[in-house]
Amino acid sequence: MTIASNSPPSRLPLGDASGAGTKQRIRRAATRENQGDGRLAALFIAPALLGFAVFLLWPTLRGIYLSFTRFNLLTPPEWVGLDNYVRMVNDPIFWDSLWVTVEYVVINIGVQTVSALAIAVLLQRLTQSAWLRGIVLTPYLMSNVVAGLVWLWILDTQLGIGNEIISALGVDRIAFLNDETWAIPTIALINVWRHVGYTALLLFAGLQAIPGDMYEAAKVDGASEWRMFWRITMPLLRPVLAVVLIMTVIGSFQVFDTVAVTTAGGPANATNVLQYYIYGSAFGRFQFGYASAMSVALLVVLSAITVLQYRLTRAGQTDLG
Amino acid sequence: MAAVTAPTTTVRPQRRRFSPGRALAWTVMGLIILITLLPFYWILRTALSTNAGLNTSPADPLPVDLSTSGFERALGLQSAEEAVAQGGAGGGLDFWRYLLNSVLVSTLITGCQIFFSAMAAYAFARLRWRGRDKVFALFLAGLMVPTIFTLLPNFVLIKELHLVDSLLGIALPSLFMTPFAVFFLRQFFMNIPLEVEEAALLDGAGKVRIFFRVILPMASTPVITLSVLTYITSWNDYFWPLMVSYSDSSRVLTVALAIFRAQTPATGVDWSGLTAATLIAALPMLVLFACFARRIVSTIGFTGIK
Repeated sequence: MTIASNSPPSRLPLGDASGAGTKQRIRRAATRENQGDGRLAALFIAPALLGFAVFLLWPTLRGIYLSFTRFNLLTPPEWVGLDNYVRMVNDPIFWDSLWVTVEYVVINIGVQTVSALAIAVLLQRLTQSAWLRGIVLTPYLMSNVVAGLVWLWILDTQLGIGNEIISALGVDRIAFLNDETWAIPTIALINVWRHVGYTALLLFAGLQAIPGDMYEAAKVDGASEWRMFWRITMPLLRPVLAVVLIMTVIGSFQVFDTVAVTTAGGPANATNVLQYYIYGSAFGRFQFGYASAMSVALLVVLSAITVLQYRLTRAGQTDLG
Repeated sequence: MAAVTAPTTTVRPQRRRFSPGRALAWTVMGLIILITLLPFYWILRTALSTNAGLNTSPADPLPVDLSTSGFERALGLQSAEEAVAQGGAGGGLDFWRYLLNSVLVSTLITGCQIFFSAMAAYAFARLRWRGRDKVFALFLAGLMVPTIFTLLPNFVLIKELHLVDSLLGIALPSLFMTPFAVFFLRQFFMNIPLEVEEAALLDGAGKVRIFFRVILPMASTPVITLSVLTYITSWNDYFWPLMVSYSDSSRVLTVALAIFRAQTPATGVDWSGLTAATLIAALPMLVLFACFARRIVSTIGFTGIK
């Protein structure tokens, strides 16, 4: 995946795999084979290819295969056809956890994208300080586990400083992570705290590619910052924003760590996100076949979303130049 | 990858006189910095307090009963009785050990993964061989598979290899490459002018020598940035080590933290010990980042496509 704008290396990955261009290149490569580096290349590519085949390609195929089996890890998998998928479609907990995950993603991505955009623009228009960019990035250096624990403490109902402040303001204490309504938004916002700086820096890099004289010209014409944002920044940032959005949505759907350390899926399955349910099915109930089927479902959902987003946002095209 | 080559048009805003809009913008920025950094201070303050003190004055902005007992508990320096008396679980978690495990796993992964990925990237960028484009297309397709999908089958594989509950088992799946690292480095290698390589060839250097003496040094900035980010990613990984490790011998910091949290004693969570442990887990990455911060923040734009 690549942020495509005015970059010279023209062999971009998407859609590169097929078509006449590739065939031609392969033929050209083949005719040069006499003077090629076949042996050396084999040596250089061997470790990566081994890793690719054993730990990426094989598990992907195997994951799909396992989804058609009953498998408890102790006895060999037993082919059951579509049983797991039939069970999945009829499993209210599955649909519930898919719904919870979607709710999480909507809040997480919504808040995160808007805040990241605001931070990136502020960084670009106010100051170019590398210091400030470093500060904004610090939460990203923490693991999800650490971020989860930090906020678990801050938001603790009895002792957390967050609730101390709330009660000092005269409002009732909120059991953020122990309340069915609050738990998912809270987890979504914890992860915004951790990821927003990283997302902001990606967008900031995109902003840096917008020619500065555009702003100068607009300023001469008397345009306000607000107007410049909507007329210059947003249209020219769109391709970058689109790619960042696709990436963050994919990441967001895989939420697990924060849930595992803060709520463990509770209260009453209110935060039983899909990945947590999958983990529980595999390692709690040893239903590896069923867990694999749900993983395949997640994979299909993610692929569909990626294609859809890519189409809708015209991520591959640029309005620049 | 635009940000690599796009001319960095640093729009240096001229010093303007005070305007309400600008003041508002700076206020918002200040608020963002506050929300970003305050939780770190609060963790430090809590780690340096005693559990008894935290119970009596939860809102005190300074450490209550300044003490290092939280850290002693996290590092296993207290006896079980002592720990229980101070509101700990007495479970005997030894964070020195987990720290060492985390360092071993992250170093192994980063060293091997970057090196092997760089070799492959060089073969894709500069060596001529049959099927190169087809194999590269395959790698790119791998970029589309979310890692999380491969975890369950990879666990089955690691179990078959009898590597469950070992550091090697944790490191193995990420040891050889990630499609992203290969793609990222290839992009940089292709931007190195061919003339440089040809000059070295004329001097009689072989391709292997060129890789080590010309290509790697010339791409040192992206290689370092990628290494630091890979180190941080593997240090922070939780889901995969959680599947693979069962005992102290292979427990890494993230997993240990979650166990610490789960061992809540009857008297309530040992917040002082837990926040101390959290700091122990987080501090090395803060230091690592501080060393390379400038390089990383200015290259993050094109390393971000993960």
